[in-house]
Amino acid sequence: MAPQLAITLVFFYWPAGQALYQSMLRQDPFGLRTRFVWFANFRKVLADPAYLNSIQVTVVFSLATAIVAMVVALLLAVMAEKAVRGKGLYRTLLIWPYAVAPAIAGMLWLFLFNPSIGSLAYVLRSLGIAWDPLLNGTHAMILLVSAAAWKQISYNFLFFVAGLQAVPKTLIEAAAMDGAGETKRFWTIVFPLLAPTTFFLLVVNTVYALFDTFGIVHAVTGGGPGKATETLVYKVYNDGFVNLILGDSAAQSVILMAIVIALTAIQFRYVERKVHYG
Amino acid sequence: MATVDLKDVKKVYPSGVEAVKGVSIAIPDKELCVLVGPSGCGKSTLLRMIAGLETISAGTVAIDGKVVNAIGPTERDIAMVFQNYALYPHMKVYDNMAYGLRNRGTPKDEIDSRVRSTAKVLELSALLDRRPRELSGGQRQRVAMGRAIVRNPKVFLFDEPLSNLDAKLRGQMRVEIKNLQRTLGVTSVYVTHDQLEAMTLADILVVMNAGLVEQTGAPLDVYEKPASIFVASFIGAPPMNLLALTGSSSGPMLADGTAIGFAARETPAVTLGFRPEDADVTFNAEALPGALVLPATVEAVEPVGAESFLHCVAAGSRIIVRVSGRATAKPGDQLRVVAKAEKLHWFDQAGKRVD
Repeated sequence: MAPQLAITLVFFYWPAGQALYQSMLRQDPFGLRTRFVWFANFRKVLADPAYLNSIQVTVVFSLATAIVAMVVALLLAVMAEKAVRGKGLYRTLLIWPYAVAPAIAGMLWLFLFNPSIGSLAYVLRSLGIAWDPLLNGTHAMILLVSAAAWKQISYNFLFFVAGLQAVPKTLIEAAAMDGAGETKRFWTIVFPLLAPTTFFLLVVNTVYALFDTFGIVHAVTGGGPGKATETLVYKVYNDGFVNLILGDSAAQSVILMAIVIALTAIQFRYVERKVHYG
Repeated sequence: MATVDLKDVKKVYPSGVEAVKGVSIAIPDKELCVLVGPSGCGKSTLLRMIAGLETISAGTVAIDGKVVNAIGPTERDIAMVFQNYALYPHMKVYDNMAYGLRNRGTPKDEIDSRVRSTAKVLELSALLDRRPRELSGGQRQRVAMGRAIVRNPKVFLFDEPLSNLDAKLRGQMRVEIKNLQRTLGVTSVYVTHDQLEAMTLADILVVMNAGLVEQTGAPLDVYEKPASIFVASFIGAPPMNLLALTGSSSGPMLADGTAIGFAARETPAVTLGFRPEDADVTFNAEALPGALVLPATVEAVEPVGAESFLHCVAAGSRIIVRVSGRATAKPGDQLRVVAKAEKLHWFDQAGKRVD
């Protein structure tokens, strides 16, 4: 048997099978008896207002993170292209944040914006903004999105810089001679030609925000205040390892697995095939 | 419509490289000027300076009498056909052609009629809904032309537009470009390294070398009276045969000591040249007064069909002689190459023409 297949079996199919099995079990409060309940856990989870709230939080968080990270990265990449001197230094500095671990990035933002000791929180308050991510759910979400997006900007920046460099210079020159000013050239020529990069990053960023931000959520808000920033992944952890409702938690993981499979299918169907020029 | 005047134009790159070292060319209205030269001679840089894509280090570029040094490419009202066509890959042929008009705020119905009539002229009507990647090389070339024509600009610039086409298509497009340019009567500047394209297209031929103009003139004048050894060897295929001369008390002789058989001019020419078609070969040994006679050995024969090229070695130099039809000579034959005295070109120490 091919070793790759063996590894996939041991590290993917086996745990996935266990999760699927686990999601159909239910324990009594003392953990003395386990019953097989078929899809009762799924019915319970999907009817739970806390879970529906978590879906909403996740959608808002993921979209906001992906959009902020991509818009800022594109802006920085366009500026990096225009830089006459120090292009290399500028790029290196912008790539560094990618090397920072998510939990560390979260701590960094947490300290900067901590209502009592954060230096930037102080600045915000002195500007007349009642900054309070510990009690205000919206503020907590803004902080979380900022931290998550900040980390992803480097990655997006790299791809956008590469994408911009792949746009042939003669096209820009042709557009200039065709009477298009700089802004017009960007929106009618450069941006459409970046579409393959943009779509790729949209998928990558969404997947990142959905599944790779546990460390940031855990460090910055812990899902709070209340359940205002409890994403689906964080809820799996919370229900499983904190509240020890293993059946519910497993059912949620299975749902997440289905989402990942769907996203991958979308990536293969549309992104890889349709968004190409040449 | 427009004249183009270059006055002592220079281009110095920040690295200190001087790509164009002071070029002056005056292109009258409606004429097609071809800039020809080897790669790196500064012809493309010069074209890009006219386009406004490169800044001008010194001198002036004037279009229609107005200096445009400080005006960007967007406002110069010039259209350019790029070597790789630079078609917008995400736009259909129609939108590629309409783009420039839209940017200038032309009314929609006028855009439509202009695009469609231009497409008709270039036989692109059936392709308007295609994207560039669905077109062949020749069709892309036409779209690039169409995009330039549809705007009705003051000046056309062509940057080696035919170099990506195969030989047959290149021949067709050359004629088409010439006809279009004449019909539309738009002043044009055409850059190429192909001397055949240069000769056939140009009203004014500008031969460039190392950032400077070697010679400007009508193509046939340049061909018949090349101003320098560079021009003589660059224009014409195969190139002019060149032989070095050494002076002696009895008059000039070829480098290997062969007397050239008649009095040369008084001016000190050091190089002598003749075109392959201005020479002939003979197996006879009769005296030929008033002609340059070179004993030669045939090295190779290239039959092209209507004519044949004999590659010979004479006086230590390789020379090429064009004979019409089928050549009777074979490799290894000893014969004599004969060139009429009035068809000889003479060049001095600096490589300049001596008359």
